[in-house]
Amino acid sequence: MNITRLLAVTIASLSLLPSAFSAEPPPATPAALPGPEAKGTDPEVIGEEKAVLTAAPNVPPPIKRKHAAKVIVNLEVREVVKRMADGVDYLFWTFGGEVPGLFIRVREGDQVEFHLANHQTSKMPHNIDLHAVTGPGGGAASSFTAPGHESQFSFKALNPGLFVYHCATAPVGMHVANGMYGLILVEPKEGLSAVDKEYYVMQGDFYTKGKFGEEGLQPFDMEKAVDEKPSYVLFNGAVGSLVGDKALKAKVGERVRLFVGNGGPNLTSSFHVIGEIFDKVYQEGGMKFAQENVQTTLVPAGGSAITEFRVDVPGTFILVDHALFRAFNKGALGMLKVEGPADLLVYSGKEVDATYLGDSAFTGAQGKVAALEAQMKKAIAGDPKIAAMGKEIIMEKGKRIYSQTCFACHQAEGQGLPGVFPPLAKSDYLMADKARVIRGVIRGQAGEMTVNGQKYNGVMPPVMLNDEQIAHVVTYVMNAWGNSGDIVTVDEVQKIHAESANQ
Amino acid sequence: MVLIPAGSYRPLFRSEKEPKTIEVAAFYLDARPVTNGEFLEFVRAKPQWLRSAVKRLFADKAYLQHWAGDLELPEPASQSAKQPAVFVSWFAAKAYCAWKDKRLPSTIEWERAAGAGFTVADGTKDTEFGTAIMRWYSTPSPEALPAAGSGKANFFGAHDLHGLIWEWTGDFNSAIVSGDARGDTDLDRGLFCGAGSLGAKDTGNFPAFMRFGMRSSLKAGYTIHNLGFRCARDASASPSPVATEISPRKQP
Repeated sequence: MNITRLLAVTIASLSLLPSAFSAEPPPATPAALPGPEAKGTDPEVIGEEKAVLTAAPNVPPPIKRKHAAKVIVNLEVREVVKRMADGVDYLFWTFGGEVPGLFIRVREGDQVEFHLANHQTSKMPHNIDLHAVTGPGGGAASSFTAPGHESQFSFKALNPGLFVYHCATAPVGMHVANGMYGLILVEPKEGLSAVDKEYYVMQGDFYTKGKFGEEGLQPFDMEKAVDEKPSYVLFNGAVGSLVGDKALKAKVGERVRLFVGNGGPNLTSSFHVIGEIFDKVYQEGGMKFAQENVQTTLVPAGGSAITEFRVDVPGTFILVDHALFRAFNKGALGMLKVEGPADLLVYSGKEVDATYLGDSAFTGAQGKVAALEAQMKKAIAGDPKIAAMGKEIIMEKGKRIYSQTCFACHQAEGQGLPGVFPPLAKSDYLMADKARVIRGVIRGQAGEMTVNGQKYNGVMPPVMLNDEQIAHVVTYVMNAWGNSGDIVTVDEVQKIHAESANQ
Repeated sequence: MVLIPAGSYRPLFRSEKEPKTIEVAAFYLDARPVTNGEFLEFVRAKPQWLRSAVKRLFADKAYLQHWAGDLELPEPASQSAKQPAVFVSWFAAKAYCAWKDKRLPSTIEWERAAGAGFTVADGTKDTEFGTAIMRWYSTPSPEALPAAGSGKANFFGAHDLHGLIWEWTGDFNSAIVSGDARGDTDLDRGLFCGAGSLGAKDTGNFPAFMRFGMRSSLKAGYTIHNLGFRCARDASASPSPVATEISPRKQP
C-alpha cells in the first residue's frame, strides 16, 4: 500500500469538505487543495495516455502495453431524456450520456488521473465511487461535483478485476436507479486470454410512476424503489437495447467474452444465456479463479461477472435474467446472434414431432379475465387518440410484440422452420382467414394443417396477450415480409375473444 | 415578505444526543426568489458586483454568464427581468441581502419555511405537495426558467421554494453539524452511499437529501444555472417598507 498516496487522497477529500462548525464559508480558493503534484511520482509508471471509453455493448480494445502508465479518464455526467421503451421516455442521470456509463479499461498498476465533469445543465451534484479504487469512498468525496463544475483525483489500480462504478451522492439509491453506473476493467498485468468478441452488458432495475409500457415521460417512483418493486429490469438501459439489429453478433467457432455488470440498485441478477453454457465464469468479477461449465451466474447489485464461451452452433441465443418474469415482463432480455454452419451432432434440431394434448381446459379463469380485459380494451379503443393511431405505429408495436413473443418459433423474418414451425411470410394458410389467425393466437393451435403445400402437425400454446396486443401483432404478421392484409382492429379481436370465452 | 411564524423544525441529520426538534423563531422571508431585474438594480448601485468587476474570489467565472452584458439582461428583457437571478455566488447573494437591509435565511429557517405544504403547515401531510416536489427531479431543466413567483404559494404564502431553482442559505455548508465525531470529522460518511442514512430522521425524504447534498457540493464562490436565492429578516424588525417594494404584484 502506498501510504503517501493514501494520505494525499485523504487530505484532498478533507479539504474539500466545508468546516462543520464555521458559520461563514471558507474562501473559495483552490490553494486549499494539495494539487496533483502532492502525491509525488510513481516509479512504475511510464508514459501517459488518454483512456478510450466506449458505450455499451462495445468494449475498448485490449491493452497491449507491458508496463504501467498514467491514464487520463475524462468522464462527463449528464442528465438526459432517453428512450426506456417504445413510447416511454425517462430522465436518466448518466456517466457519459449513456446507460450504463461508458466502459473504462486500464491495466493493473496504472496511475489513473480521473476527471469528472458535471454538465452545466444538470440539476444535481454528482460524484463517482469506483469499486476499483482503494481509498475512502472509492473517490466519492474527492469527486463530489456541483453542476457546471469539474473535479480531479488520482488513484493507482492496485487490484485487477471487473469493477462497478456508480454515483454515490445521497440519496444514492435514486442516483443509481436513474442509471448512474458502469464498469471499469482493471486488466491483470499478464492480460486476458485472447478472444474473438468482447461485449459489455449491464443490468439495472428502474422504477417509474407508470406501469411497464405506459407511454410518455415517466417520473421516478420513490415508493416502488423503496419497496424494491421495479417496473423495468433492463439490459443496457432500454427495452430492446440488444435485440433485432442491435443484437450481439458472433460467428460459429468464435470465442465470446461478456463483461456483465449489475447496477441494481435493488435486484441481484441470475444471468443466463439460453442455449449456451459458459465455459468459464470469473465470478463476481474477480480474476484469480474461474469456475467452469456454468449455466447461470449470480451477479450481485453493485457487482459483476466475466463469462467466456465458444459458440458452436448457429442461431439466436437469448440473454436473460433467469428470474424469468423480469425477462418476459420487465424487459431483461437480449440476443446473441450466431451465424455459420450448423453442427447436427452438437444440436440436431427437432427430430421427432408428435401431438400431445394434456388437459387444456383453461376456459374458466381465462374466460373471466378475457371478459374483463375486453371491457377494458373497449374503453381504450373508444379513445380517439388510439383510434387515430396510424398503421405504421401499429406495425411498429406489432413488431415489438412479435420479437418478444413469436419470433422464437416463427423466426425473425417469419420464415418458420420447415416441417416444424409453419412460415408466416407469404403463407397461404395465414392470409386465407383473418379470424382463424386471431382465434389461433387467442386459443392456440393444434392438429394437422397444410401451409404452402407442406404439412405441419405441431402445437402452438395460447399466447398471453391482451386484445390490443393481439390486434397489433396480427396486423404486423399479415403485413410484414411481403404479406399484404388490412388492419386488425381491437374490436375484431374482442369479438373473437368473447366467442371463445363462451365456448 | 411573508411571515413564517415561530415553530419547530425536525433536522434531517442529527446525532443521538441532539434534540429531535429545533425551535425556530418567527422571521420574514421573501415571498419569492430575487429576480434578474432586482439583481440588476443591485449591481448598478454596487458596481463591484458587476460581471466584469467582481473579484474571482467572490464569484467564479460563470457569474451572471446568462446576462447579455454588465448591465444588460438576456433578451427579451421583459421576460428575463422576472426570472429568478441565477449564476450568483453566495458572496453576491449575501451582499444583495445586506444592501436590502436583510440577510440570507439560515438553512434551518429555509427548511422550516419549505416544509409547509400547499394547504397545511406540515407538508408531509400534503400528498399533492409531495408529488409536486418530486416531479421537479424527474423533469429536465427547462430552456427558460419560469418567472419567479409563478409557482403555487405554500401555506405561509411563499412561492417557488420547490420546483424552480436551488437557493443559497446563509450557512449552506454547515448543514450536517452534529455533536459527535462521526458527523463532524467524517462529513463525507454522512453524505455518500448507504452512510447517507446514518443519523437521518427520515430516510424516505429524498428531496431533503437532495437539498443537503446539493448544498454540500457548493463552495461560496460557485455560480450555477439553477442556483439563486431569496432574503430573510428577523421578525423583530419591521418588514413593511421593504415588503411593499419587493412584492411580486408591484413589479413592472
